[in-house]
Amino acid sequence: MYRAKAPSRRLLTALLVAAPLVLAACNQPSYGASRGATTQGQDTFKLWSAMVTIGIVIGGIVAVLILWSVFRYRRRSEEMPKQFHENVPIEILYTVLPIIIVGFLFAFTVLTENNVDATVAAGATVTSTGKPVVDITVTAFQWGWRFDYPGLNVGVAGTTTHGPDNHGPQMVVPAGQTVQITLVSDDVVHGFYVRDFNFSRYAQPGVTNVFDLTVIHTGTYDGQCTQFCGLYHSDMLFSVRAVTPAGFEQWASSEVAAGNTLQAAGAGAGSSASNTPPPNTRQYHSNAAPAPSTKPKALA
Amino acid sequence: MTTTVERPELLTPEPAGGPDAHGPGAHGPGGAAPEHAHHEGPSGIVNWLTSTDHKVIGKSYMITSLVLFFLAGVMALVIRAQLMEPNSSVVSYQTYNELFTMHGSLMLYLFAGPFAFGGLANYIVPLQIGAPDMAFPRLNALSYWLYLGGSITMLSGFLVAGGAASFGWVAYAPLSNATNSPGAGADLWLMALALTGFSAIFTGVNLVATIFYLRAPGMTMFRMPIFTWNMLVTAILILIAFPVLFAAVVMLFCDRHFGTHIFSVQGGGSPILWQQLFWFFGHPEVYILALPYFGMVTEVIPVFSRKPLFGYRGMVFATMSIAALSTGVWAHHMFTTGVVLLPFFSLLSYLIAVPTGIKFFNWIGTMWRGQIAFAVPMLFSIGFLFAFLMGGVTGVLLASPPIDFMTHDTYFVVAHFHQVLVGTAVFAAFAGFYFWYPKMFGRMLRESWGKLHFWSLFVGFWVCYTPQYLLGLHGMPRRIATYAPDTGWTTLNVISTVGAFIMGASFLFFFVNLVVSWARPVPAGSNPWDGHTLEWFTTSPPPHHNYTHLPPIRSERPTWDYNHPEHRTVITHRTPGAPPDQPKELTGAPS
Repeated sequence: MYRAKAPSRRLLTALLVAAPLVLAACNQPSYGASRGATTQGQDTFKLWSAMVTIGIVIGGIVAVLILWSVFRYRRRSEEMPKQFHENVPIEILYTVLPIIIVGFLFAFTVLTENNVDATVAAGATVTSTGKPVVDITVTAFQWGWRFDYPGLNVGVAGTTTHGPDNHGPQMVVPAGQTVQITLVSDDVVHGFYVRDFNFSRYAQPGVTNVFDLTVIHTGTYDGQCTQFCGLYHSDMLFSVRAVTPAGFEQWASSEVAAGNTLQAAGAGAGSSASNTPPPNTRQYHSNAAPAPSTKPKALA
Repeated sequence: MTTTVERPELLTPEPAGGPDAHGPGAHGPGGAAPEHAHHEGPSGIVNWLTSTDHKVIGKSYMITSLVLFFLAGVMALVIRAQLMEPNSSVVSYQTYNELFTMHGSLMLYLFAGPFAFGGLANYIVPLQIGAPDMAFPRLNALSYWLYLGGSITMLSGFLVAGGAASFGWVAYAPLSNATNSPGAGADLWLMALALTGFSAIFTGVNLVATIFYLRAPGMTMFRMPIFTWNMLVTAILILIAFPVLFAAVVMLFCDRHFGTHIFSVQGGGSPILWQQLFWFFGHPEVYILALPYFGMVTEVIPVFSRKPLFGYRGMVFATMSIAALSTGVWAHHMFTTGVVLLPFFSLLSYLIAVPTGIKFFNWIGTMWRGQIAFAVPMLFSIGFLFAFLMGGVTGVLLASPPIDFMTHDTYFVVAHFHQVLVGTAVFAAFAGFYFWYPKMFGRMLRESWGKLHFWSLFVGFWVCYTPQYLLGLHGMPRRIATYAPDTGWTTLNVISTVGAFIMGASFLFFFVNLVVSWARPVPAGSNPWDGHTLEWFTTSPPPHHNYTHLPPIRSERPTWDYNHPEHRTVITHRTPGAPPDQPKELTGAPS
């Protein structure tokens, strides 16, 4: 269950592997993507930006080669071209070189993936900041979302409505603090996706997914179901509002006062499922790879 | 084997029989070798209904799949019209869901695959290897009729109460179960998959048997044209992938009607199992759709560059590696499920870039220092190169799980796979169609209308799909019927829709081309492009059972060697010290 979060040695390896990119990446181009409102999303963004840059360079070289061939060797006479059909050294070169590039991209990917997928132990406190981890159980259903905060006895639910006033329910989180999401579904497969978090994960019946989010700044971020889930898939919106830790505690107590507790939320959603997953649910805590070579370090 | 293999006589230079406007009639299997293209047999509709000739069946396949392609294209235009503005109501949610489901299903199950392996391959592969027909002509006919029946079954979903299937072409459980998708439309969809799946399996069996057993004397495996190679590998992939789909479809049908709980949590089943089975079919399927089209382009580029293919063996091994890897990457469609081993599937997905890259460099090497003529098939091939390059680069990005997390199920992915699939199954498909049309019908298509077709399609393609990458990065999920004005997605959607309609319009030029070329025929002759491979040696269209004479087959381009003895293909590393090619008497059965 316990997994170290972004140990510095791994980060160092990443820096070494990606040195040329990171050097060039002081202000990485976004290529239309979000720069990431969470620490995990920022990691993903760095990978994205570097890989698109590499893709543009390699794709550009290939495109130029095609264009050059097409224009330079267009038919201008009936002269018969030389009938060559192989060049073994060049063929070996363009087999081996891509393998090296792919190996490099793969290493960069695995390092990023381990950071994005790393989760702290349930109920842990983040010792570097001394703040508790907020646990939220997110339940997707046709068609809406329920956000339960078991540690705070708060439950917020909202079904989606068709029309211009539809914004869906809102998940409130403390900014700057790690939030651990336990994602489940009551019925079919849904997709939990927030564009600015650079992240999505399926909510599936029979599977419990756990992941961490650390929203950096306060603000409201739009989310939406991405996995087609039936008739009103298009309306299955939600949002995430990050507030200051003090504001978060204020919000939690006001929700309890308003009666939005765990039980009320379950009833309010009009949904049959309870907060506990079905008995045969398997627990998939993290799908990150086993840490390469170095042992997972204890949380600093 | 039901075909009597005729042994064509060796070579008398008589390649150019006059173009025969009418397709050859059908003969029962085992018919005597005809002397000419004209021979006794039923004609017209009876011919079409009863024929076991691979050429007739191939044409039936092509016509049927092109009709389905245009239907699916019209659905795409309705989808794009709906998305052109926010809060749009061109169609209802339910209709929209049916439309994108059927658009995807028609394009992937009923057009892209069948057009390639039932249509062009059926017609061209026996010609390319000097065979008189497919190995199992009656099975071939059964394939077509299963395919036609399956296609009608799928379309009939629109006529039943509750409408057509509306769970996407992937039919994820449990959305596709009886509770969430009641109604006959879903059942018809499943039955259509079973029928067309068997049609594909039969064609796969037929292609493998034909390529292994019916090659003409001299046509060794490493002298086969690349298109035939790719069809062999495709056929093997079909035999790996489609039975799994059929099994999954049967299981889902049992869940829907016989009370099993294979894919439902409530009964102890596993919804994820559907995704595993489906994508174990689905990813090889992507290459079943792509490899034939790679093959077509690989035939076109050398002919219009007037050079042999660069890196023939590398090309063959690249195709094999792609096929092998494609059976181990299915879970890259499931990165966001949280239940798959990310590094394994990520690494294998990345590795596919290597053989694909080899193909690109071989195509470039073929054009290098050639004499490139920009006839319509070549234009479509070059269009394919650019489309597939963009689709390939974005595909490498998606092989990275974190990048997949940020783009999964958004329009970024929609743009990616449309660029790949339109690149292959449209650009390369039309490269092949324009290339072999003279062989199939004995008359030329018009170059001018073809160029208009190409350029409008090319422009529409980029205008349509490039904005979709940005839409995905701006957070637009796929398969949504509408969106709010404050999302900021409107402008890019308008551009994309304009592009889609330009693409739609390009096919009007194609129709005009077909009509004009048919009404005022220009005879093609047997070899209008100075082709390389065996099919250009026989008449256009070929006589019943294809060949009366064959040139010596000493390389992968026997027709070229025959027509250009001074520039014939010299394969130094294959038969060192061999005497110059010369006709010799045939002995022994076809190898």
